[in-house]
Amino acid sequence: MNIKIEHLRKNFSDFTAVNDVSFTVSESEFVTLLGPSGSGKSTVLRLIAGLESPDSGIIEVNGEDVTRIPVQERKVGFVFQHYALFRHMSILDNIAFGLKVRGVKRSVREAKAKELLHLVGLSGLDRRMPTQLSGGQRQRVALARALAPEPGLLLLDEPFGALDARLRKELRSWLKKLHERIKLTTLLVTHDQEEALELSDKVLVMNQGRIEQEAAPQAIFDKPATEFVAAFVGETNRVEAIVQDGEVYWGPLRFGSYYVPDGSKVTVHFRPNDVYVASQPGEAHTAGVIRSILFLGATESLEIELDKGHTITAHVPTGVAAQSGFHLGKEVYVSVTRSHIFFSLGSA
Amino acid sequence: MTESTWMRRVLIGIALAFLGLVLIVPLGTVFGGALEKGFANAFHEVQDPITGAAILLTLKMAAVVVPLNLIFGISAAWSIAKFDFFGKKILMTLIDLPFTVSPVVSGLIFVLLFGAQGLLGPWLAAHDIQVIFAIPGIIIATLFVTFPYVARELIPIMQAQGNDQEEAAVTMGANGWQTFYHVTLPNIRWGLIYGVILLNARAMGEFGAVSVVSGHVRGLTNTIPLHVEILYNEYNLVGAFCVASILAFLAIGTLIAKVLVKKQGEL
Repeated sequence: MNIKIEHLRKNFSDFTAVNDVSFTVSESEFVTLLGPSGSGKSTVLRLIAGLESPDSGIIEVNGEDVTRIPVQERKVGFVFQHYALFRHMSILDNIAFGLKVRGVKRSVREAKAKELLHLVGLSGLDRRMPTQLSGGQRQRVALARALAPEPGLLLLDEPFGALDARLRKELRSWLKKLHERIKLTTLLVTHDQEEALELSDKVLVMNQGRIEQEAAPQAIFDKPATEFVAAFVGETNRVEAIVQDGEVYWGPLRFGSYYVPDGSKVTVHFRPNDVYVASQPGEAHTAGVIRSILFLGATESLEIELDKGHTITAHVPTGVAAQSGFHLGKEVYVSVTRSHIFFSLGSA
Repeated sequence: MTESTWMRRVLIGIALAFLGLVLIVPLGTVFGGALEKGFANAFHEVQDPITGAAILLTLKMAAVVVPLNLIFGISAAWSIAKFDFFGKKILMTLIDLPFTVSPVVSGLIFVLLFGAQGLLGPWLAAHDIQVIFAIPGIIIATLFVTFPYVARELIPIMQAQGNDQEEAAVTMGANGWQTFYHVTLPNIRWGLIYGVILLNARAMGEFGAVSVVSGHVRGLTNTIPLHVEILYNEYNLVGAFCVASILAFLAIGTLIAKVLVKKQGEL
């Protein structure tokens, strides 16, 4: 199933949840809507499912306009953040529900449900009740249940949001493998950037009801299109720099030359792991002093004061930090290997 | 707990004494009064044809009121819990109205509306329909007095459960009725049974509103509570207590059913 969304809009009283959203999802593609809470990503998903109706815009599935088609006829599988399993039904009955309401014979639907239970790795749990399962197991049942009526499109609304970090990671790689196997067109909504970057063929970053950027995960991370994307996906140092003699400066740091008027205000984002830190001075390295060290496991986060009012964060592999003998108060030399510059409209 | 043992005993003692005074003693009096002249006599009193008519009318009335208010209660709770619409707050306030209006006043309202001199009186008379001092009036008054019970029981349950399960059902292809029958109803069933038990008890026991609209026609428009009053006023104390015992049994039965249902619902 491929989807084409055109100029979708949805207001809730005076709040604009979705503001002119357009995008496409190709057959078998795994696309993620990534954004903070309230960015409208879940509403987009609910509009596609037919659980909400848009104020304007078109939703096309396989070239057919389904914007006004009722939810029952859209052939989508929907997985909710809090599972939404039917508490009074056994696991098997939960999975078979979509087939039951379509009038599929009991023996056929139970065989299908068992097959799906096997697919999600929970064979043998068919007679259990939802309350007897762990959160991770419940979400896998919810997925099996959504797959039972053989939807053409799978919609996942923060499916791992209610689980702890370790389990979330586990289910993530499990879901990726499952998608590679069944190749079902999938649209995932999440606020977790790691989830989005790891799982998707394409990521749509949403903010305030709009799509800020639509690109492959690598491009989202390496070439953020807007300041919002730069700040939301991955950690950054955000500094407000000025242009002098066609060059962008922030304190002692220089970020290259641009054809913009002198005195223009620009915002520069650079990631802590794009800061190179050395203990010896070299070419174009700016001097600074380590003001704090935070141990993060594989890396150490250093706060380096370049001069008064100019402090940056750098992430250094723990091994490198130990080898270089970084300690509080040590003088180091830094250079920023990659940065993203955003021009604001006003001038200083 | 920091309270001393005697303090605890005093508190429990007060509660038990109070309960005994306002509950056990009156109930004992009712049953005692009924059995004053022996079991055989009590049995004979209950078998009186006019008493039988009162019991039958009460059962008939409940058989109409309970299903109607069940449908109303589910619809009201469903719309309040699951949808946002203009006038929702007003509807919620109106549902509580019968709790706050004196039953006698609500009875009077129906007399003013449907009575011979009432707003709709001439039209009803022209079509030969009698509401007041007849069974329809009793049913309408009881409907009004008891309509909050099911809705009030269901609204918090439905609000707490949210829409997730219903939405999951419709995405899997279930239509409105299938969703209600397979998903919503099983989730609210204990609350629903609980509400119906309370509704039924109140419907059968209602005195004030029914008293105003019934006209007390013996054997025709007398419900059990009204019949008790008549017997009492005629100094047939044993008869009054016997018929009152039926209501008392109903109340005790309701209480037991309530406890059982609550226990089930918590499982």
